[in-house]
Amino acid sequence: MEHSAIRESRGDRLFTVFNYVLLSLFLVTILYPLIYVASASISNSEAVVSGKVWLWPVDPTLEGYTTVFRHKLIGSGFMNSIYYTAAGTAINVVMTILAAYPLSRKDFYGKNAFMFLFVFTMMFSGGLIPTYLLVKDLGLLNTTWSMLLPGALGVWNMIITRTYFQTTIPDELLEASQLDGCTDFQFVWRIVIPLSGPIIAVITLFYAVGHWNSFFNALIYLKDQKLYPLQLVLRDILVQNDVDMNMLADVQEVAKREGLRELLKYSLIVVATVPLLVVYPFVQKYFVKGIMIGSLKG
Amino acid sequence: MEAMKEAAAVRSGTAVKTRHATPLKKMRKVWRLYVLIALPVLYIIIFKYVPMYGAQIAFKNFVVTKGIMGSEWVGFKHFDRFFHSYDFWRIMSNTIILSAYNLIAGFPFPIILALALNYVKNRLFKKSVQMITYAPHFISVVVMVGIILEMLDPRIGIVNSILKALGMEPVNFMGKPEYFKSIYVWSGIWQSVGFSCIIYLAALSGIDPALHEAAVVDGASKLRRMWHIDLPGIMPIAIIMLIMNTGHMLDVGFEKVLLMQNPLNVRTSEVIDTYVYKVGLASQAMNYSYSSAIGLFKSVINLILLVAVNKIAQKTKQASLW
Repeated sequence: MEHSAIRESRGDRLFTVFNYVLLSLFLVTILYPLIYVASASISNSEAVVSGKVWLWPVDPTLEGYTTVFRHKLIGSGFMNSIYYTAAGTAINVVMTILAAYPLSRKDFYGKNAFMFLFVFTMMFSGGLIPTYLLVKDLGLLNTTWSMLLPGALGVWNMIITRTYFQTTIPDELLEASQLDGCTDFQFVWRIVIPLSGPIIAVITLFYAVGHWNSFFNALIYLKDQKLYPLQLVLRDILVQNDVDMNMLADVQEVAKREGLRELLKYSLIVVATVPLLVVYPFVQKYFVKGIMIGSLKG
Repeated sequence: MEAMKEAAAVRSGTAVKTRHATPLKKMRKVWRLYVLIALPVLYIIIFKYVPMYGAQIAFKNFVVTKGIMGSEWVGFKHFDRFFHSYDFWRIMSNTIILSAYNLIAGFPFPIILALALNYVKNRLFKKSVQMITYAPHFISVVVMVGIILEMLDPRIGIVNSILKALGMEPVNFMGKPEYFKSIYVWSGIWQSVGFSCIIYLAALSGIDPALHEAAVVDGASKLRRMWHIDLPGIMPIAIIMLIMNTGHMLDVGFEKVLLMQNPLNVRTSEVIDTYVYKVGLASQAMNYSYSSAIGLFKSVINLILLVAVNKIAQKTKQASLW
């Protein structure tokens, strides 16, 4: 009975079975909470509160979602987050390329000094309070700029980008274009950027996810609720449990309110995560690539 | 072209004396690069170095109306106050235990996942596992904490529903100080295991297939190949990752801790970063100087740790990679 197993011995087959079992276990552990949250968000509020939802939705309803979209702050938070993410990411990417390209050039005099200037900030910082005081002194408190400027450049992303430029843009290309009278500005614009699609995609995504998910800057710099990004609104509702039911008209009974409050939370979790999960399958390979490039030079 | 030749000549140490360019000349040649980098440098100086300069308020009695320069020096008063405060040992031990727990518990899982994935032949299964295990990485901290709170809710959370179904008493997980660290660490592993395994997968793909072929010819089982080829192959990366993470010992996930904290669990959940935030920005009396002193203390320890482990990492790298 063993004669056909030229490659797979009994031990190896056992190994394979064990391997698949282990991975399935990983898979279930990761997947279960995600499915549960999604199911709870479309279940009947009573079923959620009384613990009848285990895996699949019970008595499906879209009540949670309609409640989410009736909430005033969530709508404005969503729009603000889109703005902060788009504008912030644009600033980030431009700044990153501006810093990364000169630092990738061998003939850039003073390269090491500049590099140190950047890298040192990864190791040491002035701290929370001095940074807060700076933002305050610059008059950025409670403005949209406080969401865009303090994190305008990520040094780690800049290093990844620099490494990519160094390894993919051949020196010969630079020499040839310089012979043709191409300036550095033109070289960046016409050659470097068009040739660097993958890395630009990677850092754009890293930055965008960071902006979409960030809440702490908003917490300390913003006072005006109209400027709140979605994550800060979420914090009030999900973590502080501060659901102002007056923001939702026409809910009277206490029990119904209680149930709706829970349903609203689950729906919110889904709504806040969906924009990322929708783009995620398309961008996944870029993220992996980004990690790989980053790990080339630790 | 000339610039390149010159650079090459300088590098190889054969620079021709007559053509030796002065720094000024070299700088003039690439002046456009300085224009390009000007904006990022301006940013880094204003938003990173000015706060470092501002950190001097840790040694002063900062008064808003007098500004950073005008406030009077008080030496190490604020540091002294922190070291002798009732909170000091509690906060330090919370910070160190939480990050050590996080570091050690989180270390093996990405490696196990990567090793397991490496032996999957079915591409569809492999892709699905990767896709699904990476996904939680993209969930924001706020949403993550929201999920934790909902699932662990004492009355309506699924975990307590299960406990009740098994005939056990429901537990108010977030209200029990003794559970805080475990909830923090294990939810973190759930969120990051997939994404952290990418780097090990990359290392595994870099292992010479000839080693495996030779082992197969010699009749090695998969388990043996994993033990003698794969594991040693990713060990250098694993050690470097471990050491590098140690360098950020005191940077526990500040935002997540802050969000998970409540008056009931604060005894075990208060870490340096949350304390700095509370003392400095969240309290009524704005203790800017005291708070800055604590923050600066943390930054300095971190810097020392980082420099130290960087040295170790360089040594390990040499010993194990080359």
